[in-house]
Amino acid sequence: MIHDALLIAGKDLRLELRSRVALNQVLPFALLVLVLFAFALDPDKSVLTEATPGLYWIAVLFSALLALQRSFAIESTDGNRDALRLSGLDPAGIFLGKVLAVSVQLVVLEALLGVGVVVLYTSRIDGWVLLAVTSVIATASIAAAGTLYGVVAAGLRVRETLLPLLLLPVLAPVLIGSTRAFEAALNGSPSEGWPWVGLMSIFASLYVVAGIFGFGPLLEES
Amino acid sequence: MEQTSAALTSGPVVHLRGAVALLGRFPALAGVDLDIDARRIVLLRGANGAGKTTLLRTLAGLVPVAGGDAVVLGVDLVADPRPVRHRVGMLGHATGLYDELTVGDNVRFWARAAGANPTDVEQALSRLGLDGRLRSVAVGRLSAGQRRRTSLACLIARRPELWLLDEPHAGLDQEGRDLVDALVREAVSAGATVVLSSHELDRSLQLADTVVTIAGGIVRPDSILPADQIDGGAR
Repeated sequence: MIHDALLIAGKDLRLELRSRVALNQVLPFALLVLVLFAFALDPDKSVLTEATPGLYWIAVLFSALLALQRSFAIESTDGNRDALRLSGLDPAGIFLGKVLAVSVQLVVLEALLGVGVVVLYTSRIDGWVLLAVTSVIATASIAAAGTLYGVVAAGLRVRETLLPLLLLPVLAPVLIGSTRAFEAALNGSPSEGWPWVGLMSIFASLYVVAGIFGFGPLLEES
Repeated sequence: MEQTSAALTSGPVVHLRGAVALLGRFPALAGVDLDIDARRIVLLRGANGAGKTTLLRTLAGLVPVAGGDAVVLGVDLVADPRPVRHRVGMLGHATGLYDELTVGDNVRFWARAAGANPTDVEQALSRLGLDGRLRSVAVGRLSAGQRRRTSLACLIARRPELWLLDEPHAGLDQEGRDLVDALVREAVSAGATVVLSSHELDRSLQLADTVVTIAGGIVRPDSILPADQIDGGAR
């Protein structure tokens, strides 16, 4: 399973390196969302600073949708899904590989968005440990749930619109948890953030387990 | 080419009795009776929409068997078709390649997914004439024939026991078609079994041992004939 996961993750990341879709489309989109928030809230700088964690994670969520759709779009062309089914790869490995590849892309995106937040919103960054752990756990949660719902939507003609409808409500706890944890870190009270990290860890674990067992049957049905 | 384990499989490689497969509610296979022994080359022929592609996909374990009996390489497809998939190689209308990856990347990925070693990859690339400049070209920049060759390289690198070829000569030049025929013969001499569908009957009849005619998703015992009993058959 681990071998298969690394094989899929390596393939997906190599595809991204060659196509640069995340770099050329997802990142500019995410930065644009941040800029638009800044335009909308700039008259009241305090509101912008206060809302920074929520705005940041909304931008991450919207960008994650694009990355997840891309992750399944590459398997939807020219018989690639059938080739995957014939490959003998463990479906759990395919799931974990896709989660890993999406997570790596999102972590890079989050780092660049973090720079954008500092520049655009002139926010001070404190509580680095809590911020880093929150990012890792929230990213794993988004990637795991997104990959599971992504394969549900992948075989349908309405997948571009269905995935956000399925996924965004499910990810509400992650949005709330990551925003609260970031607020705690930025306000200098990290102890208030760790329970949210714990909550997101449970969420991520549940979706990783659900994906390991559920991805195969869903791949068959999609 | 090394001996495949298909040659060691006892009983027929394919055993279908009254096999039914549905595409939605439509019975694309409406009763197929077919036995194929190891090391045979079987040509499927029939009009467009007769069920050739569905039969090949069913044998690959990609289309569920809704009724009847279906055993391929000793795997009961009715119970669970998944165990047979990594043992078959399918060349269909779609190539199963990633456009942004190079020829070498694609062959390496699919070969590693099947547990093949780097030597298999190099041999496959070399056999298909893809070990030169083309190796580092993105698949999206290839011609249809070159894509077909890359798909074939992926297939032979996996060393499948059962080859399922849907119009394998389509899109290839004369040299490519001759190469396909040579690869099929090499695979069979190494122990594999080949089922192919083709509209190029003259060429395919030279290749096949047995000809199966499918019509309306049905194959009956009397629609299975030795190739040398068909006009144009050489063997």
